[in-house]
Amino acid sequence: MNSLLAAFVSGLIFAVGLGIGGMTQPAKVTAFLDFSSNWDPSLACVMIGAVTMHAVLYRLIRRRSSSLFALAFSVPTRQDIDLRLVGGAALFGIGWGLGGFCPGPAVTSLASGHKSVVLFAAAMIAGMSLYKRLENSGLHHLPISSQDATSRLATPPSPLLQSSQDY
Amino acid sequence: MEHFTPLASLIGGMLIGLSASMLLLFNGKIAGISGIIAGTLSPAKNDTLWRIVFVAGLLVGGFLLRLLSPQTFAIGITRSWSALVVAGLLVGFGTRLGNGCTSGHGVCGLSRFSQRSLLATVTFIATGALTVYIINHLLGGAL
Repeated sequence: MNSLLAAFVSGLIFAVGLGIGGMTQPAKVTAFLDFSSNWDPSLACVMIGAVTMHAVLYRLIRRRSSSLFALAFSVPTRQDIDLRLVGGAALFGIGWGLGGFCPGPAVTSLASGHKSVVLFAAAMIAGMSLYKRLENSGLHHLPISSQDATSRLATPPSPLLQSSQDY
Repeated sequence: MEHFTPLASLIGGMLIGLSASMLLLFNGKIAGISGIIAGTLSPAKNDTLWRIVFVAGLLVGGFLLRLLSPQTFAIGITRSWSALVVAGLLVGFGTRLGNGCTSGHGVCGLSRFSQRSLLATVTFIATGALTVYIINHLLGGAL
């Protein structure tokens, strides 16, 4: 129960951070991605704030042997570079520039009730499901599969650690 | 740079970093939003409820923002419904193929100095910038 409360508060703070940082405004995201005119570096400030904070706290937290609620840490350890990583990131970037949303802001912005957000988020879920279907029906024959990712988690898979993805 | 909001964005970013650290400290999980969302689609025992609750936190946070400051959700760009559908499909499919999005690779991965995440982040910013360049400067700013 306590761990669920922590997950809820964590999600809430994440959403407020996105909102204050300006990341729920597609115009601000695309203005960051438009280096050629009237560039808005705000998104870089969000990244700097988030990475600085998490880089420090991550190291302090990882000194512990487990998380506070006794769950083992589930942290990705993959270091290989493959086509799926680059190709996936490239496709994501195109969609990001096209729609002005990445997954976190898209879900947070559902609260606004804007039809365009609902449409984007529905398509995003469909894209995730499509990937899942392809993966289940043969994409795992590609060199690096999610099964490999599971075996490369820092901690051995246990009933508490079902995640097969990096993030 | 007329709309540059350095302080608000820095504070917002720090809250995101704090949230990611909380999830790690309390639950031992990495705050990769695309992975958290995708995980709710294929339920696994003991690994689904926290995801749903995290997403609920995002939504409740969104409602708080809407109450306190509705301009948080200003869209500000012109996109057709078909463009939004294509964009959503690419974001959903691409983040799963590449195993992460802005939060997973961009925030959590870079915080761990992961080279995979650095390459992914550089890649999605590059293709995002190229896409926005084409829309804003070759197609007149709307699509």
